Amino acid sequence: MSSREPAGLQPARSSRIDSLKASPVLALIGNPNAGKSSLFNQLTGLRQKTGNFPGVTVDKKSGTCMLDVQTEATVIDLPGVYSIYPKSPDEQIVTDILANPVHPDYPDVAVVVVDSSNIRRNLLLFTQITDLGVPVVLALNMLDVAKQQHQEVNAVKLAMRLGVPVVRVNARTGEGLDLLKKAVIGQLRQPTLPERLFFDPAQDVAGLIDDTKARYGLTNNYLALQYIIQHDGFSFLNPSQRVGLDEIIDKHQFVETEFQAKETIQRYQRIAAVVTDAVTDSRPLNQPTWSQKMDRVLMHPVGGYIFFALILLLIFQAIFAWAQPFMDAIDEGVAYLNGALKESLPPGAFTDLLTDGILAGIGGVLVFIPQIAALFLLISILEESGYMSRVMILMDRIMRRFGLNGRSVVPLISGVACAVPAIMATRSIGTRRERLITIMVTPLMSCSARLPIYTILIALVVPDQHVLGFLNLQGLVLMGLYLLGLVAALLAAWVFKKLLRVNERSFFIMELPTFKMPRWNHVGLTVWESVRAFVWEAGRVIVAISIVLWVLASYGPGDSLDQAEAKARQQYAGQPAAAIDGHVASERLEASYAGRFGHVIEPAIKPLGYDWKIGIALLSSFAAREVFVGTMATIYSIGGSDADDESTVRERLQAERNPETGGVMYTPALAYSLLVFYVFAMMCMSTIATTYRETKEWKWPAIQLLYMTGLAYMSAFAVYQLFR
Amino acid sequence: MSKRSVADLKIGERATIKSFNDQWMSLKLLEMGCLPGAEVCLHCKAPLGDPICLNVSGYCLSMRKSEAATILVE
Repeated sequence: MSSREPAGLQPARSSRIDSLKASPVLALIGNPNAGKSSLFNQLTGLRQKTGNFPGVTVDKKSGTCMLDVQTEATVIDLPGVYSIYPKSPDEQIVTDILANPVHPDYPDVAVVVVDSSNIRRNLLLFTQITDLGVPVVLALNMLDVAKQQHQEVNAVKLAMRLGVPVVRVNARTGEGLDLLKKAVIGQLRQPTLPERLFFDPAQDVAGLIDDTKARYGLTNNYLALQYIIQHDGFSFLNPSQRVGLDEIIDKHQFVETEFQAKETIQRYQRIAAVVTDAVTDSRPLNQPTWSQKMDRVLMHPVGGYIFFALILLLIFQAIFAWAQPFMDAIDEGVAYLNGALKESLPPGAFTDLLTDGILAGIGGVLVFIPQIAALFLLISILEESGYMSRVMILMDRIMRRFGLNGRSVVPLISGVACAVPAIMATRSIGTRRERLITIMVTPLMSCSARLPIYTILIALVVPDQHVLGFLNLQGLVLMGLYLLGLVAALLAAWVFKKLLRVNERSFFIMELPTFKMPRWNHVGLTVWESVRAFVWEAGRVIVAISIVLWVLASYGPGDSLDQAEAKARQQYAGQPAAAIDGHVASERLEASYAGRFGHVIEPAIKPLGYDWKIGIALLSSFAAREVFVGTMATIYSIGGSDADDESTVRERLQAERNPETGGVMYTPALAYSLLVFYVFAMMCMSTIATTYRETKEWKWPAIQLLYMTGLAYMSAFAVYQLFR
Repeated sequence: MSKRSVADLKIGERATIKSFNDQWMSLKLLEMGCLPGAEVCLHCKAPLGDPICLNVSGYCLSMRKSEAATILVE
């Protein structure tokens, strides 16, 4: 047996040894919560970026780090995994890279980050990675936590037993980083590999391993085993290679699951021997830790939900109240800039495009930054502290019934502010199907952009009176609309659960991290990253659409707009200048491309009770719902400076007559129909852009747009016909 | 007494893992340190009794009740 060992340990590419590459690749690997991301931030600082791994839809975090004065390494932060056997598409990437030496991201050195307070489980992954033949540096992190738990880790003994360089680091403070870099350089110059595999499959299934190695030109016994066990999963194998592996499995009558279970048990047995030698554990038995005492309170059947409700209240407070002054300031700033530009630039189409088109569009993006920053600040604090895992456990049972996961709670809460950051928050959901369902239903939660629409339409048709003496009827209707959105989201999730029958077993085996003080630099990075993503990714789309809409509403075929203006000036000649301006704007809008489009779609929206004017508002608010009130103001020709004042819009709407019946246009039936339409309709370009960005397939935003618009149309139709 | 699983434990109760009755699930549980012969302790339950949190090999692991039912104990 021992004669086979050296053959199993040939480094995959011996050419790497003699020449130190100009830009070596360093991969950070480790269990979730082992401090991998902290170490990544320490190594790369702000020199990091998020991209994609080639060919897969998994975010790749990479950055650069100076190992010494002349060597700049590329550092890749791989998704956290517990073993080399993947359980989700995110985890698959780790295996796909480490088992494929020709992968462009294959590391020259793998730094395995280990939580020293839980060293047994963390070493399982480490032993698998060294067995694959990758040069490794073991980074012992969280030694302070281990010490608090009365565990002492002897790094020298560990290095001797495992046969690789072992470095003590503190990823939070950056201690030990120099030693880590030195060890990495050492592994780059002259890789030290363990003398023998930690677990050698050839001891049990020599024939199978030899056949596989011979057929696929492999030298490493453990890599050969991975070819066998993961032959369906590896993305780099072609169909004929898979068939070949199937043949070898049949020939040797190899049972994968049984062998994999045996491997895990044997590894743990050997790890136990190493740990007994290298770690002194004087933990007092049966003593609940501080963290465990907290759990008894936070998961209490009554107290747990009360605390969660208080946290929710805090989040709502932050989004609606605390963010408001900043949003107002941005709004005013943009309005001031807009006015200043209009005054200083010569009037004309270019100035209008710059101010009403581009600047208005940019303002529409910037105004959401305070809400997004506040939301992500609180959410990342909850995540960093470890409380978010508890919320997921609190809600898992309830969410599961609707095809969601305990982890779906966060996006659904965030959706009340804005669907864009909410959809970005679904990244924490491991199962692809559950994450997809969450993305698909989150926009049904009533976001803050719907609020102005709700307010104005409710004020129009719901009497301002009290029921049962103290409940405001208008407030009740408003709450009803939010609940309608929540119920629709849960029901839609249930339908998706029935439709998306993926062969993917859902599971919720999750490590419950101990409570920790949030790392404020991480919190800051998260907030910065989400604001940046929103402004650059979604913002570009919003600005583009605003420009297109401005053009459509400002131009018409030929000189039709000027004709319309002349006609209006003639017709309303005797009225005050402000009123004439209003009529002119209205007539020009009707003659514009947008107005014509309104007339074209009128037959389609007639059954819902809408006319062409509402049609334009629908069209213009497709880019962003908040445009609705402004467009209505323009359409119903309110001139002067207070065009956005909601009470005047309301008066105007109340005075509007239905040309066919002669009665009021905005009957309760029409108003309710519009309200229901806006609860359900997917009227937000930035959400569509975000859904695409997060799913990386156009199919999903398309389905989302279709089902939500269909739901909106049918419900609005039913409501209008029912109440007419 | 023969077919007791982790799902039957009361809060604070300790037990030793004997075997698993679902091979697919057992692979994940083994990797997380739920090994035959290891001692587990039911640390707490979510308010509706599901999911549950276990102390196993020195850390806290949460899982659904259906998953806990695949871990048989002595």
